[in-house]
Amino acid sequence: MKNFVYTPVRGWRDRVFSTAAFFFVSVFIIFILTLIITDVFYVDKKAVLTVMASKFIRHALWMSIWTSFTTTLIALLFAVPMGYSLSRFRFPGHILVDAIVDLPVVFPPLVVGLTLLVFFSQTSPGRWIQQDLGIEFVFQPKGIVLCQFVAAASLAIRSAKTAFDDVDRRYESVALTLGCTQWGSFRRICLPLARNGIIAGGILTWARSFGLFGPLMIFVGSFRGRTEVLSTTVFLEQSVGNLEVALAIALLLIFVALIAVTCIRLVGGSTQVRL
Amino acid sequence: MIRAEEISFCIGTFRLQRLSINVAKGEYFILLGPPGSGKTIFLECLCGLKKIDSGRIYIDGHHVTNLEPRARGIGYVPQDYALFPHLSVEQNIAFGLCVQGSQHKQIQAKITETAEMLDIQRLLTRRIPGLSGGEKQRVALARALVLQPKILLLDEPVCALDEVTRQEVCTQLLDIQRRLGLTTIHVSHNLEEAFTVADRAAILNEGILQQVGTLDELLNKPNSKFVARFMRCEKNLLSRGNSSRRPELG
Repeated sequence: MKNFVYTPVRGWRDRVFSTAAFFFVSVFIIFILTLIITDVFYVDKKAVLTVMASKFIRHALWMSIWTSFTTTLIALLFAVPMGYSLSRFRFPGHILVDAIVDLPVVFPPLVVGLTLLVFFSQTSPGRWIQQDLGIEFVFQPKGIVLCQFVAAASLAIRSAKTAFDDVDRRYESVALTLGCTQWGSFRRICLPLARNGIIAGGILTWARSFGLFGPLMIFVGSFRGRTEVLSTTVFLEQSVGNLEVALAIALLLIFVALIAVTCIRLVGGSTQVRL
Repeated sequence: MIRAEEISFCIGTFRLQRLSINVAKGEYFILLGPPGSGKTIFLECLCGLKKIDSGRIYIDGHHVTNLEPRARGIGYVPQDYALFPHLSVEQNIAFGLCVQGSQHKQIQAKITETAEMLDIQRLLTRRIPGLSGGEKQRVALARALVLQPKILLLDEPVCALDEVTRQEVCTQLLDIQRRLGLTTIHVSHNLEEAFTVADRAAILNEGILQQVGTLDELLNKPNSKFVARFMRCEKNLLSRGNSSRRPELG
């Protein structure tokens, strides 16, 4: 059971301070909810039925879900060792590597798609991967995962590094004197203590992947029943004038995102620590 | 029991300079010095948490300089105790035994025995946040003692406690040390602690060992102005004249 510590409010100064803080919370939450409610009122029953009946939209939903979760898993697979290495070890070029990790976050999203397209279609290593190894990414479902990974993995890595930075190294030192190897102290001490930060990074990565649109249009396109994901479906529907259907899909996207983020938080928060 | 020969270690601009000590089996040895004198670094070198630049460390006559911390048989209680905050008190104490792969029954028996010795049975189900300073100190000690180490290294074990608790804990530390016959090195900047627990003491300043001896020797025959000032016995130094004798090590 977690011990939550609440800040007590005493006197008028505390009240003014807490009211001011909650003013910003309220404004933000009300604004976001208003936007969603506007969508809800705009969408009619026919549009909802169209969305529910369309096998292409169901396929796009499934594609969005599996690609974003696969991307998150792969990103975490990189984030944990990379975050730990960047947090604990100093090596020549450390600062440069740290900066390169952040680069994809500051790339304009379209640039990610364009860069991947140029690499796999115009360069020898890219063509070798696609043609000789037979691992095709361009206009393929695998490309969705790759595109999402490039655009979002930095968020997981950065969060993991920050989480490991926050773990006092003395805990690991003590674990070493209690019989642990480096791996043991990482697994038993450092990883559980950094867990919340790593989960937060996973949520950010998933959210970015789930809603990614621009680079996907360039790198994998939006072929119905093949590389279409929910975010590109919204674009396709509104571009042909089906605004109600587009908004109904957007609501579906928001609903799935809300469920997923809540579930991840619940699962992450309730995981018991084992020795 | 534990012998350090000419230990040198450099970190940034700070240097431990050719430190040598020799602590006998079952002895309670206290390492004194002002904050920043290198006491904690020296302790970490003995544990193997810091890789020394030169020198040799022997435990029970075995050369352990290149051994990993887990292979040295040392129990270590760091400053502020570093109890694992995500584990309960019981899990903290059981940690080393679990790492060793001990049987559940054996773990439970050892936890009970150690908890009884330190009078912390009632704390076993508690979480670390919320423990008082004295409770944390006892739990950290239990976590180190449950593995039955040959040597116990205590880094400022009572500095975070109030004066009454400090005295009480020091007496308890000495009692446990005598009962288990543990070779103990206790680091402190507090002279009163030394008088409560120590068989012998060493004084460290700016990475250099100033003098080693019994507290009587340090009080009555300080070999430098620094030692005399630290021991608050400058009179004794003045009465002998300014000694130019080098620190007597080991």
